[in-house]
Amino acid sequence: MQSLDALTREAASLASGGGRAVIPILSEREAEVGRQMQICNACRYCEGFCAVFPAMTRRLEFGRADIHYLANLCHNCGACLHACQYAPPHEFAVNVPRAMAEVRGQTYADYAWPPALGKLYQRNGLTLSLALAAGLALFLMLAVALKGTLWGVPLQGNFYNLFPHNLLVSLFGPVFVFVAVALGMGVTRFWRELKPATSGASVSVSAAAEATDAVLRLKYLDGGHGKGCHDEDDAYTLRRRRFHHFTFYGFLLCFAATSVATLYHYILGWHAPYELPSLPKLLGVVGGVSLMIGTGGLWRLNRRRHALQSDAAQKPMDLGFIALLFLTSASGLALWLGRGTPALALLLCLHLGAVMALFATLPYGKFAHGIFRSAALLRHAVEKRQPNRLQLGSD
Amino acid sequence: MIDVLVIGGGNAALCAALMAREAGASVLLVEASPREWRGGNSQHTRNLRCMHDAPQDVLVEAYPEEEYWQDLLKVTGGLTDEHLARIAIRASSSCRDWMRSHGVHFQPPLSGALHVARTNAFFMGGGKALVNAYFRSAEKLGVHIRYDTPVVSVELDGDRFVAALTAKGERIEARSCVLAAGGFESNREWLSEAWGVNERGERPVENFLIRGTRFNEGVLLKAMIKAGADSIGDPTQAHMVAIDARAPLYDGGICTRIDCVSLGVVVNREAQRFYDEGEDFWPKRYAIWGRLVAQQPGQIGYSIIDRKAIGRFMPPVFPGTVADSLPELARKLGLPEAAFVETINAYNAACRVGTFDHTALDDCHTEGLAPAKTHWARPIDTPPYYGYALRPGVTFTYLGLRVNDQSAVHFNGRPCPNLFVAGEMMAGNVLGKGYTAGVGMAIGTAFGRIAGTQAAKAASTLKEARHAIA
Repeated sequence: MQSLDALTREAASLASGGGRAVIPILSEREAEVGRQMQICNACRYCEGFCAVFPAMTRRLEFGRADIHYLANLCHNCGACLHACQYAPPHEFAVNVPRAMAEVRGQTYADYAWPPALGKLYQRNGLTLSLALAAGLALFLMLAVALKGTLWGVPLQGNFYNLFPHNLLVSLFGPVFVFVAVALGMGVTRFWRELKPATSGASVSVSAAAEATDAVLRLKYLDGGHGKGCHDEDDAYTLRRRRFHHFTFYGFLLCFAATSVATLYHYILGWHAPYELPSLPKLLGVVGGVSLMIGTGGLWRLNRRRHALQSDAAQKPMDLGFIALLFLTSASGLALWLGRGTPALALLLCLHLGAVMALFATLPYGKFAHGIFRSAALLRHAVEKRQPNRLQLGSD
Repeated sequence: MIDVLVIGGGNAALCAALMAREAGASVLLVEASPREWRGGNSQHTRNLRCMHDAPQDVLVEAYPEEEYWQDLLKVTGGLTDEHLARIAIRASSSCRDWMRSHGVHFQPPLSGALHVARTNAFFMGGGKALVNAYFRSAEKLGVHIRYDTPVVSVELDGDRFVAALTAKGERIEARSCVLAAGGFESNREWLSEAWGVNERGERPVENFLIRGTRFNEGVLLKAMIKAGADSIGDPTQAHMVAIDARAPLYDGGICTRIDCVSLGVVVNREAQRFYDEGEDFWPKRYAIWGRLVAQQPGQIGYSIIDRKAIGRFMPPVFPGTVADSLPELARKLGLPEAAFVETINAYNAACRVGTFDHTALDDCHTEGLAPAKTHWARPIDTPPYYGYALRPGVTFTYLGLRVNDQSAVHFNGRPCPNLFVAGEMMAGNVLGKGYTAGVGMAIGTAFGRIAGTQAAKAASTLKEARHAIA
């Protein structure tokens, strides 16, 4: 349903014509971001915090693409909410982190590929994620149990004795390819919408380097002054940034472990399981521990986040993703530690269930935020290098 | 008994509380507002005017004491106290490290604010972020804080502070006290007394909007003056800006300003122009337009521009009234159509357009028009046309309590031993008239810190005296 405000604006725009672009009809959430950006653009006190406000000041009007761009630039650090003289209970009710979060959630669904699956975002909750992981694990257990090997049968610590390598590849390979294609298609659609709205210029090396730096260092969770972002109150803290680093780099290390193992398997003919101090195991153990620390911390911070600061409707999606990452790393480590015990088969089923559930939900869950935000940051790095066509004089 | 009682919750009050606490005093800070509205007018501020002799972190070039003083002399038209002004100016050069130690962050100036990078240090996130940081630091240091506690008067023993009385009838004793409860700009009754009834039989104040906090009722200021404290500043004067007529009654803050005045014309309710819109750069002129609009019938003005101006001024918070023709714009704004068209046509005909440049005092002006527009005069002839209704927006009042360089309250020219005042309640000592960006925060920070230090000292002197007797 479109808001009255959007209708009015469009009507006014249509009525006056006069060479101005007609503002496409906005959703209620988008119109709310537009309303708040109009207020912020007349204030600008927050311009030092992050990329959103400098990007905002290059605009006088906020169309759909601008709003999607700004919403994905926003890292929900909360600095502008706590610093805002117009935040609730002020009648302007400016709450940029929440307004942005609500649109952001919508953009993930809007640009999802295939489009029909975009609806999954709304259902991608904590319960669903865990139920999926449990269901898959149970299914595997059932299959293994039917073979009579679920508990205690010596596998010589080698899980390929249970699930042959080729079976695993045929299960995970297609899922992985689908995930990559779905996310790639989604972000391409997003990019096409954003590009003309962000100067239309192409990516330069320096822009790419700057955006990469912003992604890898989580620059915009530093508050602009390096002291961090907000969780439960107006104190700046680096906790969220650090736990996110643990999570992100833990995930990358686990991914690297798998990649190296794949190379070992196909190129060197070295077959799993690998033991310490082999590279895949080293990467996997460090990554797994890091992922557990990171997701544990993010979970706690997410639960304690200031009520005004986020979109409550998205918490299940956030927590679902965090829980799956935690479960994946925890079960992976448990599998390694329990490799010589009768529980190996059971642990393996649990781990594979978690990994499968994680992968299956990747394109339609919280994971998408990394892809969309990186794209927005890259467009920002490109746009800021273009001359500003506005000459607003002084304030 | 508490050592130091600080009344107020804005920048000056917080500076006083922090300094007193750092000096070892036990401190209670009472803020009239609930927590979510804390910080008084400081929550709407943005920067601190800083003296510096060489580039310093976020400040470029130099802004020496003498230049700062001359700027202050100019904007106040001499209504200042050089001794006190120089104290504030010098303090502004060295207070930022202290501010940082209490969690305030400064930012390198960006986008629209580059031209003030020399004179003003910007708070990252603005004044509310500063207020949050100070409250947080104060809590951490053990300053007791109470919200929803307006103070209505103080109890004196001769010229000595004894206790404060809250609106709820509570009596709070302390060894010394800092008053930092702001001006009276949100007290509409009091403003109305000052402005009275004009020659048209109107009460102009009824059409004034208050840009800042609704909690600056001036109750304590009035009580102090009634109790015989020496006052300073014209009680009828207030800093006033022309702001969007649709702004909220209180707390509209910075975003309600309309910055396109110098790019077009301004007419009153009768569709007549009344002042040179292009007299000087807008930042140097915006403060006089509040008063100009206040003098118009119905206390309303209309800033009129055409499409040529779009993208050349800070975007207003509310969309303007848009029309494709001048008569249509007049109708939409509720202005007399014929008179409006005549005014614009007369203006357009009088424009002598040279080389338009809104970053310089250009040569576009009017000829044979009264009042003239002396710069940036270009015909209003390119639809769509935009109109913004303007109202006077009160920023702060000038009336305050007279102080010395220890920020002490005075009775009959004699300083109180244990009662001090800071912030807007005494800014009139330095800023008797006018305004320039960041000077209010400079005064509030300097005298807030002085008042806090002196209050702690007064409390400890009192304690020592008691010990000596015991």
